[in-house]
Amino acid sequence: MTQEEIKQALVQRLKSIAPDTEPGQLQPDDNIRQTLGIDSFDYLQFIVALDEQFGIETPEEDYGRIQTMRELTDYIAARVKS
Amino acid sequence: MVSPNLTDYTSVASGFSWDREQAGLSGLPDKQGLNIAHEAIDRHASGELQNHTAFRFIHKDLSVMDCSYQDFKELTNRFANVLGNLGISKGDRVFSFLGRIPELYFAALGTLKKVAVFCPLFNVFGPDPVFQRLSRGDAKVLVTTHDLFEKKVRPLLERLPELKYVLLTDVDHDESEQIRSLPRLMEQASEEFTIPPTDPEDPALLHFTSGTTGMPKGALHVHKAVLVHYVTGKYVLDFHPGDVYWCTADPGWVTGTSYGIIAPLVNGVTNLVDEEEFDATRWYSILEREKVNIWYTAPTGIRRLMRMNVIPREKYNLEHLRLMLSVGEPLHAEAVVWGEKNFGMPFLDNWWQTETGGIMIANYRAMPVRPGSMGKPLPGVEAAIAEVTDDSFTLIDELDKDGHLVLKRGWPSMFRTYLHDEERYSKSFRGDWYITGDLARRDADGYYWFVGRADDIIKTSGHMVGPFEVESALMEHPAVADAAVIGKPDPLIGELVKAFVVLQPGQQQDESMKTDITAHARRKLGPAVAPKEITFIDNLPKTRSGKILRRLLKARELGLPEGDTSTLEQP
Repeated sequence: MTQEEIKQALVQRLKSIAPDTEPGQLQPDDNIRQTLGIDSFDYLQFIVALDEQFGIETPEEDYGRIQTMRELTDYIAARVKS
Repeated sequence: MVSPNLTDYTSVASGFSWDREQAGLSGLPDKQGLNIAHEAIDRHASGELQNHTAFRFIHKDLSVMDCSYQDFKELTNRFANVLGNLGISKGDRVFSFLGRIPELYFAALGTLKKVAVFCPLFNVFGPDPVFQRLSRGDAKVLVTTHDLFEKKVRPLLERLPELKYVLLTDVDHDESEQIRSLPRLMEQASEEFTIPPTDPEDPALLHFTSGTTGMPKGALHVHKAVLVHYVTGKYVLDFHPGDVYWCTADPGWVTGTSYGIIAPLVNGVTNLVDEEEFDATRWYSILEREKVNIWYTAPTGIRRLMRMNVIPREKYNLEHLRLMLSVGEPLHAEAVVWGEKNFGMPFLDNWWQTETGGIMIANYRAMPVRPGSMGKPLPGVEAAIAEVTDDSFTLIDELDKDGHLVLKRGWPSMFRTYLHDEERYSKSFRGDWYITGDLARRDADGYYWFVGRADDIIKTSGHMVGPFEVESALMEHPAVADAAVIGKPDPLIGELVKAFVVLQPGQQQDESMKTDITAHARRKLGPAVAPKEITFIDNLPKTRSGKILRRLLKARELGLPEGDTSTLEQP
């Protein structure tokens, strides 16, 4: 799976959780929660949904280091491959 | 380990006197009354704690900014002078709509110095809740950031004719007579200020809370509330000189004001403020790095920590931590036990609400904990269980019997009114008893146990959400004919806001409609209030008089017995 495909999946998922926002306009280093104004419960739902979609398991302790599109795309790419 | 301030609950409770506790406060010089900001800052700034750290602000990048009691005296003096220079006077309402940045804290206490009334708003609110509160609270001044102002407030200005000034914390020039640069105003203001005479009954704080029917209610508190902040700081939070204390609550909710600003300062300890939202690893790192002694948090955060595969005291050095407390919603027994196992001490649950202004029922360091119980009444507070109907009120003496949790009128931080709604305020009391709206029971040893809410108010992530406010916003969507909102139990956030929606004839019940309604609700209400789940339904269950039976929807959602449906209107 390419980085671009992962990014598309992230945007789609964010759009379904927070349809009032424009996740497609996020810059790679924008803080997702802050930029889109979503709360920590939404973010948790988002990560849990991604875990299901990509067949990975993101532990709670990693949530703090997957706050931007770049961090999250890299994080998923590394786990989907391995 | 320092010994607790309250060593024997029974003896302290039986010999307790509010008047005697008042000796722990200094009052304004020359007997000019009682002012929260003087007790919190000025008296320390002119004493031994002058150079002691009052606030340690932790920025998002984990860098810190320390403010001593003297620094904070000057900042709050300047803000009080800013208000004075703008013509703001006693009793005027000053609102903040900010994240946890220093400006929020000096605005709060500077406003109290001016004997104006401070009302903090949660910065995740959307424009509708912001408008409701600013307009119902007759806001004269709003302190906010440029970004929040542009996104959520500017479109409301025309509908807020009473709002004289918007003070932006992060711009360096005034946009107009109304929209001003706070840094500029602060720079021009003097750092000398004398707190005017303050009657203990002068209004100080306004906190909005949700009702089942109608829009949010503004619970008004007075300066005398500081006595409860002081006493609970001493006996429940167990503050000792030199303590570092961290309350994770946002001042947009009453805990974040009473215990995130006032109580720690009144008791002269160092108050940590983290600007960032929940992040499990960050939280543990802060507890370790800042050598936190007392930590006051909420079940939502604790449950997130419980998801981690980490035993905190093995991975982090938490040797300074001596007390952990929780509030916001009932803390389940398993979380209390988890605390004991993983931190070597239980989380001490306590109970109170916006209207009570301070902790009313608590577990104490020196009292054996019964996991799942909210504990025993604060010394000086009389609680009881009562049977309450429309036309009767009877105290229940029987033990372990469910009933309304009620409090005897007269504790110092009791709310004094619902702003502009005296009738609703009167209805909250029966004689000398305040009806809390929570159901509870008391066991043979005097411990109280939470049972549930007596009404339809939703408790989500520790915040109250009124179904009516959400339903009103949903109804503004052109495809929505009717809507009802309930709290659906959720293992992480207590309850999530769930909406049942009846569409207008001819509208399609599909995913795209759901998405559209969700987007509408989030734009109006913000993510903290908007429904997290939407289900379409053909008809809402209502009484013959047209009242939505949310209780019935909830029972159906949970597969529980429907109870009494005799008033149900048959379609």
